Amino acid sequence: MKTLITASDNNTEALFDKRFGRAAWFCVYDEDSKDIKFIENMNVNANNGAGTKAAEKAVELDIKKIISGDFGPKAKDLLTKFQIQMVIIQEDELTINQIINTLTG
Amino acid sequence: MSTRIAIASGKGGTGKTTVALNLFTILGDTIAEKIELVDCDVEEPNDQIFFKHAELESQENIYQIVPHIDEDLCIFCRNCVEYCEFNAIVVLPGVKFAEVNKSLCHSCGACSIACAQEAILEYPQKIGMVNSYGIKNQIKLKEGRLKIGSVMQTRLIKELKNRISGDSDIIIYDSPPGTSCPVVETISDTDYVILVTEPTLFGLHDLKLMVNLMKEVNIPYGVVVNKAGLGDNEVYDYLKNQKIDLLGEITFSKDYASIYAQGEIIENMPESIKYQYDHIIEKLMQKLEDD
Repeated sequence: MKTLITASDNNTEALFDKRFGRAAWFCVYDEDSKDIKFIENMNVNANNGAGTKAAEKAVELDIKKIISGDFGPKAKDLLTKFQIQMVIIQEDELTINQIINTLTG
Repeated sequence: MSTRIAIASGKGGTGKTTVALNLFTILGDTIAEKIELVDCDVEEPNDQIFFKHAELESQENIYQIVPHIDEDLCIFCRNCVEYCEFNAIVVLPGVKFAEVNKSLCHSCGACSIACAQEAILEYPQKIGMVNSYGIKNQIKLKEGRLKIGSVMQTRLIKELKNRISGDSDIIIYDSPPGTSCPVVETISDTDYVILVTEPTLFGLHDLKLMVNLMKEVNIPYGVVVNKAGLGDNEVYDYLKNQKIDLLGEITFSKDYASIYAQGEIIENMPESIKYQYDHIIEKLMQKLEDD
């Protein structure tokens, strides 16, 4: 099962980005293979619809769970439609590694 | 050609409506035979409330055209997604999903052109209405009223303006608050903009935002300080330093605020306040002649 974590940079020491559509990078973590990939958010500076685009990307990547700081209404609609679980973390200063570690328990 | 004047402010609650109504009334009583007040605050139009005897002359529904994707005809090629400047279309070939997000759509029609399958149908969706009222003789009021839930403020203001007859001597636009797209649309075709502010920290802060906007759109403007006597002198120092025209002041009065709250400022204008408006109009007319 694949989880997407919004990240401020493309490595596991990077800080978690609490913005969904406006995060610079998406970290994709595969819980089965333990594989970690970073995908650049091409719509980070879009005038409109950055959240929708990020949600679209998540569906494309067959993501089942997204960890971010918040989700806008349009992204939420789409993610709900495709039954992607939205997890909100409000804590600052977390690294991607720390979040992955909590996932693997 | 009509003279078009917008009343704007940046900050809400500075007195745009008060100033717009008073200028409209006084100008209509004196120098303008044909005059129109246009309430561009389409999210909460309230100018009409002050005219208890206004007669509704016409009411028109305003629509935007929105596309709909027929998923049976769509081949999920994503051509429309590429064409859409506003990221309003989601097409997911993997799961055969195609949808237009109406709140992001600007009704430009590009997706229909992009689609070779004719899978995109366009249909009208109501965004609000335009109401026209007669006050007396050639004195008219028009307002845009946004449908609840619609986010098409700017489009509705555009449609409202398209419906103004050009034969008035003076047209006054009562602008929405803020400095974003609906305000830019409101002031875009004006000859002069009156910025209403109040002598408080908040009034000054938002006035500065508005002044930045005015520099960008390059339309002549001047400032009216409403609720004078409240707050401090910072706004006056700012106007002086920036060499911005001060058209006049209106003294703060609790009694006057209570007349406003009862919706009776048209009928009950105190002499002292009328005097201040006469002064503002005199300066305004001078500015209009200069430009």
